[in-house]
Amino acid sequence: MLKRMSYSSFPEDVLEHVFSFVQSDKDRNAISLVCKSWFEIERWCRRRIFVGNCYAVSPRMVIRRFPDVRSVELKGKPHFADFNLVPEGWGGHVYPWIYAMATGYPCLEEIRLKRMVVTDETLELIAKSFKNFKVLVLSSCEGFSTHGLAAIAANCRNLRELDLRESEVEDLSGNWLSHFPDTCTSLVALNIACLGSEVSFSALERMVGRSPNLRTLRLNRAVPLDKLANLLRRAPQLVELGTGAYSSDLRPEVLSNLAGAFSGCKELKGMSGFWDVVPAYLPAIYPVCSGLTSLNLSYASVQSPDLIKLVSQCLNLQRLWILDYIEDSGLEALAASCKDLQELRVFPSEPFGVEPNVSLTEQGLVCVSEGCPKLESVLYFCRRFSNDALVTIARNRPNMIRFRLCIIEPQTPDYLTHQPLDTGFGAIVEHCKDLRRLSLSGLLTDRVFEYIGTYAKKLEMLSVAFAGETDLGLHHVLSGCESLRKLEIRDCPFGDKALLANAAKLETMRSLWMSSCSVSLEACKLLGQKMPRLNVEVIDERGPLDSMPESFPVEKLYIYRSVAGPRFDMPGFVWNMDEDSALRLS
Amino acid sequence: MSAPLEHDYIGLGLAEASSMEIASEKLTSSSSSSSTLSTEQNSCNNNNNNNSNTNNNTNKALLDFKETELRLGLPGSKSPERKPTNNGVSVSLFGKDIENSSSKVYSLSPLKNIVSGAKRGFSDAIDGSSGNWGLSMNGKSEADLCKGAVLYSPRGGGLDEKNKIIKETSVLPQSPKAAQEKKKNQLPASNEPASAPAAKAQVVGWPPIRSFRKNTMASNLAKNNDDDGAEGKTGSGCLYVKVSMDGAPYLRKLDLKTCNNYVELSSALEKMFSCFTIGQCDSNGLPGRDGLSESRLKDLLHSSEYVLTYEDKDNDWMLVGDVPWGMFAGSCRRLRIMKGSEAIGLGMYHFFFFFIEISVKNPFEV
Repeated sequence: MLKRMSYSSFPEDVLEHVFSFVQSDKDRNAISLVCKSWFEIERWCRRRIFVGNCYAVSPRMVIRRFPDVRSVELKGKPHFADFNLVPEGWGGHVYPWIYAMATGYPCLEEIRLKRMVVTDETLELIAKSFKNFKVLVLSSCEGFSTHGLAAIAANCRNLRELDLRESEVEDLSGNWLSHFPDTCTSLVALNIACLGSEVSFSALERMVGRSPNLRTLRLNRAVPLDKLANLLRRAPQLVELGTGAYSSDLRPEVLSNLAGAFSGCKELKGMSGFWDVVPAYLPAIYPVCSGLTSLNLSYASVQSPDLIKLVSQCLNLQRLWILDYIEDSGLEALAASCKDLQELRVFPSEPFGVEPNVSLTEQGLVCVSEGCPKLESVLYFCRRFSNDALVTIARNRPNMIRFRLCIIEPQTPDYLTHQPLDTGFGAIVEHCKDLRRLSLSGLLTDRVFEYIGTYAKKLEMLSVAFAGETDLGLHHVLSGCESLRKLEIRDCPFGDKALLANAAKLETMRSLWMSSCSVSLEACKLLGQKMPRLNVEVIDERGPLDSMPESFPVEKLYIYRSVAGPRFDMPGFVWNMDEDSALRLS
Repeated sequence: MSAPLEHDYIGLGLAEASSMEIASEKLTSSSSSSSTLSTEQNSCNNNNNNNSNTNNNTNKALLDFKETELRLGLPGSKSPERKPTNNGVSVSLFGKDIENSSSKVYSLSPLKNIVSGAKRGFSDAIDGSSGNWGLSMNGKSEADLCKGAVLYSPRGGGLDEKNKIIKETSVLPQSPKAAQEKKKNQLPASNEPASAPAAKAQVVGWPPIRSFRKNTMASNLAKNNDDDGAEGKTGSGCLYVKVSMDGAPYLRKLDLKTCNNYVELSSALEKMFSCFTIGQCDSNGLPGRDGLSESRLKDLLHSSEYVLTYEDKDNDWMLVGDVPWGMFAGSCRRLRIMKGSEAIGLGMYHFFFFFIEISVKNPFEV
């Protein structure tokens, strides 16, 4: 323990108490840099750790520095793994972390993982290592089965949260839910929406019945609608509900029963699920519409008129996820009714169709940008756009912080002028000064990157596909975007030059992904050798790298900063470009 | 080799303009190694040329040159030496685009700043082959960089258990889903990058939709069609309705959108039921036979045993053939081949089927 300097007028425990009010990681990190004694005090009292890239640091290092952590959040695979761009087996294994923490953090209470490979063995280890385990969130994870869930259910006596959002779970049996002991009454949140097969409904009912603190319940598709009313009556205190299949034979008593049950849910703020919707049953939720702030209808294949009827009753809506069945007319109605709307996501109902199947165009988004003054987060899939529309949106909503536009056909120009969409996106970055996240699409030249580099000073994450013409594009971004943390690029003509010229920038970012670009193996090696604090990983499934000419472009490149050095779990198609491996290759 | 330059790219505005101009010209002239380049670009390429030539014989030099050349075309476009990537599918897509470049190529808005003399462009920044490349270290000099490199020796003693751990599973697709994607991407090496596919090719991971959503939507459409086309009819590319036949042990499904009129519906239904072998005769005394030829079936059709009916949106059972095809297809929820004795009162018989005996090994996929 460091000797406390005499000029420090605050005793340690006072400082510790003060620090406990500082929760943000950034601020905590700043505190730890003030002086050595503050560093020491802070590290002993840090309770929550967020590691944005599980390979950036080793579990041993984390445990060594922060000895008494209660909550850990880890992220594994790069974002493009969501779209199958990262081959199976790439990595993101969480087991080494759990193994280390089993001894290092016996008091661990919360584990949150995103895009990681979690095995049943891992879940079993969690279940038996942490006596006070409370929260398990597995977001877009894979590699485990319902057996692992059974272990968690059986052993975690004080489990509060089990959230499997969008994970891929091997469904071996729906019985796992029955492994929760009858004495377990602590459940606050349960999300099993991603499970394919039926869970034991009676076990579910009993569970819901004995959990007075249950606030979030997201059912899976297999839970039929006629059972929903029963569940709701047992849990009228629910704040977030995800329905199961929202369809049933049309029987009047089901509808009235359901409507009655919903009327009893006075606290309901968010709804999701809505698979296989039969529109005739939608009126059942009218009683709760006015209280809803979040509505996820993105799996509901319902036509615009029914959607409009529903959405125009949700006057306090802040977040809406919906399919493009809503069409421009529906978005117009949305803009007129939901003045508190902050986040809108419109997903494509038929993304692979050649012809548009619905009338959803840029007009819909323009309308919403005009009518909803608080709109700050947008994800929009559509088939055409124009610079004018983008400029209008930018001018309407300078408060935009997340803007992701996906024009379905790559390199689609402005449909009015046939020009690239450079000026449109340029307007977005110019007017929306607090923009943190941006995804581009459509026909784009180097010019858009010039705008981004010039204006997007707060931009933290940029996604680029089928855009740009020369390395200048990439150079603009790397040299201009001061806050850039994550950059992901696919199918762009960017090569070695910009990358090498901005090598130092890469150490200030979390990660860079480039696939189907023109970065040569040679440049990767150079980067790997010269930048020891970067892991330069080449992913190439075409064959061994030593048979590939140096000037050949690599398939995929993932560069991330790390203090842990090259990782040890790389599969055969991933190579680290540091000195040793480079020598081995040549 | 050019001496290491102090690389300050803040003032790159002028040079950018020229590079962009060059880029657009290269794009229109469909990437050839020589083109109307400015002096900057020329000198760079000449440098590359010289480097390659000193090390290799002429043929290889040409190859090297082509390979080291900044590829300014779209990825995967015309570059014969380049091996097809796993995104081979996307290659064809772009090949097509490149060929139709006239429609896609936009004219650059007139550039406001013309390059005056800033020789220090990208082209001079890096000189790969000599290793003497300019890392922009925000003001640090090359010397500092080298020192830094020495201090940070590669970490991790366990580099021996290296990166070449070949896990079997790593190259094999684990899930059927992954296998599907892999199949789509791994075009054979002989695939011509520039040939545009007749149908629209699917690019991996585009549009960017998570697998969970893709799978859910796919089964959504299927389920909707299960409801006899009640939901999700608009916009879906198929309209499956259940077809039941009185006396049959199971139903079949028919995509109404594959038919354009009643005649086609009739022949579709014929085909569907002609796969059944005949074991018995009907009361008309027609001899039994293995297999059923079309003409035979047609004969049977004109016996008046069966009637084709459908259930419409209002749940009423109607006789097929009264209304125009479009109206019928839009309101039909299921079909029923009704026994003639039950159909009394429905008027004229339009369609006739004779179902005798089923001897089908596999359930058919619809």
